[in-house]
Amino acid sequence: MQIKESPEVYDVIIVGSGAGGGMATKQLADAGLNVAVVEAGPFFDPADPKTMTQLKWPYDSPRRGAGTTRAFGEWDQSWGDWEVDGEPYTTEEGTTFKWWRARMLGGRTNHWGRISLRFGPKDFKGKTRDGHGEDWPIGYEDVKPYYDKVDKLIGVFGTNEGRENDPDGFFLPPPKPRLHELFYIKGAKKSGIPVIPGRLSMLTKRINNERGVCFYCGQCGRSCQVYADFSAGSCLIFPAQKSGGKVRLYVNSMVREITTNEEGKATGVSYVSKDDRKEYKLKAKVVVLAASACSSARILLNSKSKQHPNGLGNSSNLVGKYLHDSTGSSGAAFVPDLMNRDVTYNEDGVGGMHVYSPWWGDHSKLDFPRGYHIEVWGGMSQPNYGFGFDQDNFNKLMGFPTGGYGDKLRDEVKRYYGAVIGFGGRGEGLARKENYCEIDETTVDDYGIPVLKFNYKWSDVEVRQAKHMQDTFEEITHNMGGIYLNKPGKDRDYGLHAPGEIIHEVGTTRMGDDPKTSVTNKFNQLHDVDNVFIVDAGPFVSQADKNCTWTILALSWRASDYIIEQLKQQNI
Amino acid sequence: MMDRRKSIQTMILGASASAFAFHSCKTDKGEAAPVEGETAVSTDTKYYGRTPAEAERDAKLKEEQLFNEHEMETIAVLSEVILPPKEPHGGPLEADVPEFIEFIGKDMPQMQNTLLGGLMWLDHKSNTDYGLEFKSASLDQQKEILDQICIQDMEVPLDDQPLQIQFFALMKNLVVTGYYTSKVGIADLGYKGNQPNVWDGVPDDVLKKHGVEYDPEWIAKCVDNSKRNVIAEWDEDGNLLT
Repeated sequence: MQIKESPEVYDVIIVGSGAGGGMATKQLADAGLNVAVVEAGPFFDPADPKTMTQLKWPYDSPRRGAGTTRAFGEWDQSWGDWEVDGEPYTTEEGTTFKWWRARMLGGRTNHWGRISLRFGPKDFKGKTRDGHGEDWPIGYEDVKPYYDKVDKLIGVFGTNEGRENDPDGFFLPPPKPRLHELFYIKGAKKSGIPVIPGRLSMLTKRINNERGVCFYCGQCGRSCQVYADFSAGSCLIFPAQKSGGKVRLYVNSMVREITTNEEGKATGVSYVSKDDRKEYKLKAKVVVLAASACSSARILLNSKSKQHPNGLGNSSNLVGKYLHDSTGSSGAAFVPDLMNRDVTYNEDGVGGMHVYSPWWGDHSKLDFPRGYHIEVWGGMSQPNYGFGFDQDNFNKLMGFPTGGYGDKLRDEVKRYYGAVIGFGGRGEGLARKENYCEIDETTVDDYGIPVLKFNYKWSDVEVRQAKHMQDTFEEITHNMGGIYLNKPGKDRDYGLHAPGEIIHEVGTTRMGDDPKTSVTNKFNQLHDVDNVFIVDAGPFVSQADKNCTWTILALSWRASDYIIEQLKQQNI
Repeated sequence: MMDRRKSIQTMILGASASAFAFHSCKTDKGEAAPVEGETAVSTDTKYYGRTPAEAERDAKLKEEQLFNEHEMETIAVLSEVILPPKEPHGGPLEADVPEFIEFIGKDMPQMQNTLLGGLMWLDHKSNTDYGLEFKSASLDQQKEILDQICIQDMEVPLDDQPLQIQFFALMKNLVVTGYYTSKVGIADLGYKGNQPNVWDGVPDDVLKKHGVEYDPEWIAKCVDNSKRNVIAEWDEDGNLLT
């Protein structure tokens, strides 16, 4: 089979259309560059009625919202979850990694939680702070101007609180707390745990005339048809196209490798079309990887050549290393004071928490080095498959008779509706060289491309952090007069989610000043190949007790500015 | 820009009577009418958001038959004993619970043995005790049977309990979830969401009922919905000006 080569030479090829790829597309196309975006999944527009799940009722589907084909429920707007048909991955025996992939334009930004937190000054200097891991080659002051611009371009609600490591920004006003959130505030404050308004990228107020304003259906996970939440397609790629940018979308196109010339410089990419199962080549002056931390590492490792026998950009042998996800442990409380809710009002709110707790701990008094924040859920939400299951658990807690049937079931359902509060502790695990992904030479996907094999174990510090989360949730629950449900103990690692399950994987192509100990420089540029950049979360040196998307967006914008400047100066 | 949006709104409103925009302030009935400045919202009911592969899978499942006519009738009778219909929001039959259970049994084949075996157990038990199939027994006889299987041991995992106990627990869950995810069930529950609206906090009487209140300092930072369509502008320190 002959590989089909396109004669056109793009200025930039961007691989992946999620947060990092979307931002690079917007910035580079706005600067007048000729851009090709190569996405492994099909086209997706949240406004397309055929694929839309927003505002559906459970009875619109015969399975009433069950998660049979979508792990987070059938309304979740992610095409692909822990498994993608025809695209396996493997794990080293005795280790675990769960890898979420969304095969669609906009990628995982179509369903994510929109929790949009800046990293703080301390988060860029982990080693200086506590001796663990490595410092970033940049600091908060380098990223701040880009965070500011991201806030204004995309829109995020929140409040300026003047907290040292949770920087202020340019916020839209937050929504008022829901009833269960008022209980949470009371419970947390009693233990001296701070609670502030949530910081999520939904438009509680108009930011331009192109995007709509939130209409409070609580369904951002379904992707917003009026573009009132941030998704990379609707908020970055479409606007780049509409303002006349030269953006060519290649969808259903699975990148196999970055091609290089005799000098070892990148010349473009080769990809397999999922439509006709043939291999194609695209040429460009610059290649930007934004395929997600692990997918970009996979492409680099699969891009072997005479000049780069170890894979592209891998002279340090660090591509795939330092893979780390956020830590996570979750819990739920049954709150008797929240029983027998008044259902006369709609409390869907935005698709996520109106309040949260940023990290508050003092590490000199703790047995783990890094922190976490607490996310809160609950309320009178839309019933879907699973609603009303196992009411007897609550009957038992309340000392009511269990079992039975008849009219009493109606009373039970209404008594307990909205009486549960959930907690999500999401924190920082340490970046360790021993946790990595590599190419599994024994296995290929349906497109013939060698797949990733994962090797990831938590260390004791993450387990101890999870224990702290559980103890904290329990204490807050008691402060609320609630009953903490199913507290996991040591035998279950205190509920610590498996690596990957928080879907914040970062670190596989970390940045640094020294080419021996890092893969990219501080502008997300490969040390080894100056016309290849990585703008997903691969270059992260460390996670923070924050979600990674806002920092991906800021760093992608910063890298894009650098690319534009370097092209202008004819350096690349 | 305002004109463009208005014309889109008109277009959508003209195309379908069920399409609507929404109020920027609350109405008593929650009824919606187009309002200047708001973006129209689709309420299409032709699709439920499946990818082509998912749509194909669902179409295939719908063609398959899990339960025969007698079993479907038994499920219908059983579901109404578990959750009796009640005015004004009906019961499992108005909520299409038997059809839902049939689909779920095909969608989640791991349930099939419990469901099919449990239905057989029900008829066997009813035939043995009353010489009648379960669906033809009197309500009192049906209840007498169910009373023997409706209480599970809360200290023992359900999987370790007899099939008939597992069957009843599963049926009860499916009947309750099937009813409360239906149009009539949602009306019975009183859930008011899943429609365009503007969130402006918990009503005062509800706050009082649950013994909590808003902190005025917190609320002062929250969104002023009367200005939601005014484009945001900030000073250089991040203070919102509009």
